[in-house]
Amino acid sequence: MTETFDNRKAFAETLIELAADDERVVAVCNDSVGSSNLGGFKEAYPDRLINVGIAEQNMVGVAAGLAATGLVPFVCSAGPFLTGRATEQIKADIAYSGHKVILCGMSPGMAYGELGPTHHSVEDLSWMRALPGLDVAVPADPRQTRQALEALVAEPRGTYLRIGRHKVPTVTDEDSTWERGRFNSVREGKDVTLIGLGTTVARTIEAADLLAADGVSARVLNAAWVSPLDRDAIVAAAEETRVIVVAEEANISGGLSAAVAQVVAELGIGTKVIPVGLTEFAPTGSNDWLLEHFGLTGGNIAEVAREAL
Amino acid sequence: MLQTDESRAGAWRELRRKVDAADPAERESLIADQARIIRRHIITTIDAARAGHIGGDLSITDVLATLYFGVLRLDPSEGDRLERDRFILSKGHCAAALYSTLARVGYFAEDELASFMAAGSALNGHPNRNKVPGIETNTGPLGHGLPVAVGEAIGLRLQGVDSRVFVATGDGELQEGSNWEALMSAGHYGLENLTVIVDRNRLQQGAGTEETNGLDPLPERLAAFGCEVREVDGHSVAELLAAFGPSTTGKPVAVVANTTKGKGVSFIEDRVEWHHKVPTAEQVALALEELA
Repeated sequence: MTETFDNRKAFAETLIELAADDERVVAVCNDSVGSSNLGGFKEAYPDRLINVGIAEQNMVGVAAGLAATGLVPFVCSAGPFLTGRATEQIKADIAYSGHKVILCGMSPGMAYGELGPTHHSVEDLSWMRALPGLDVAVPADPRQTRQALEALVAEPRGTYLRIGRHKVPTVTDEDSTWERGRFNSVREGKDVTLIGLGTTVARTIEAADLLAADGVSARVLNAAWVSPLDRDAIVAAAEETRVIVVAEEANISGGLSAAVAQVVAELGIGTKVIPVGLTEFAPTGSNDWLLEHFGLTGGNIAEVAREAL
Repeated sequence: MLQTDESRAGAWRELRRKVDAADPAERESLIADQARIIRRHIITTIDAARAGHIGGDLSITDVLATLYFGVLRLDPSEGDRLERDRFILSKGHCAAALYSTLARVGYFAEDELASFMAAGSALNGHPNRNKVPGIETNTGPLGHGLPVAVGEAIGLRLQGVDSRVFVATGDGELQEGSNWEALMSAGHYGLENLTVIVDRNRLQQGAGTEETNGLDPLPERLAAFGCEVREVDGHSVAELLAAFGPSTTGKPVAVVANTTKGKGVSFIEDRVEWHHKVPTAEQVALALEELA
């Protein structure tokens, strides 16, 4: 069994380290000290944790105001409430105003499993991607989480980051870099391209292994950036492989798969783009069960690719 | 981004010094005269654009003139200075009033007002901080300014800066729940460096506030949320100057400025239909005559 690691732990540890070196770093939350793993931060920097209570619109506006005084606010809040309840604040106060706030959507996708669709953050990529002036990034493992936070403190920018709740295997190499707008190349391949982000990266790798056993060469891309999008990597995939399968723990209407499909459609070369993700509100089930339900498994991703070839 | 008008900024600095040195009666008269000039600019700006929110512009004018000519510690040439007082117009649809005031202070040339809402102009129908100096945050959708002001007040306090943050909301705007979330925070954090000004003209776009979704008893409600409340005549420079003084209780200050929508132009005053109606050429001439 592959060893897995906790992204939220990496997030919390890195935030505390960065705060030690840089007094501008503050955390903003909505009664989410526990769920965002901010206990350590609170203990180390009680004055620099602004907990506004259960009030997401105010939380995002307050963060914009903090940024307007030169601080670097990390808003830490469950993804569904952050992006859903405060969409207009994210649009007007951060993306449009240009206040440099880092929005950290904790426990995104269907991480909250049985708590149901109200607590799933599967529309977030579509909503956030529609905003000019806001970066959207999804670190896939603790190494990328650390790299993302370090880059954002060095050069703050209005950003939505998805920080996963469940442990994930390492999917990046030790020498991999975190470059704005660049996908991470996981594996070379010439027949089919599998694109995942966050939790689905490991599952596309699993699919690539299954395809390799059948003699199919699969390229795997870790789409850590949804906005700005890595057009070069998508164009290369469309030109050099016959099929692109995009697997996302998100709604396929407007999410990463829609973004990829738009780029490929503009090329007019006929490469198929097949989305694997959510098309309806999820039934009751655990996160693992739901991922399987929506076909987000290595086996199904491989099967989808095989059928399309 | 528009550029500072240094000559206008110089005239504003001189006037600020004069206001600070004046006795109370003269101070009031100097600021009231600026308010009259700003009102004239609002009329001509809206006339040029053939659009704007004239009623709310005219009700907030005395608040703006009092702040920029008698209270705020800032300077158009030092727009990014951390130790500046901040003002946010949360009722962003009253951009013409804010632009007319900022131009009067020298943040940009007064000639620029003629481009209000023209294609490609920096002066959008709602203020944009990335194009217009002196704008702290982009407003327009209601209920956004107060949370941002709370964040600024916390941010300044965290950094040991004793500057103050002022934010003006409409009264109808207080129907947005985000304001009450922000007021809870302001009270909870004891933000004595924050002053919330409510332009209480009692009219919103379609009808009176009390007919639509009543706010009364507004002072009591604000006090219940942890504010030190001061209720004043929002067209009296003397009362506004007193109300904009520092908190005496360690609480955020809430100024309920009782105003008349359309103040200063007789046929526009207190009429709901003038929320965003545009005056005819004849009405423009009449208005400018009344504001001469």
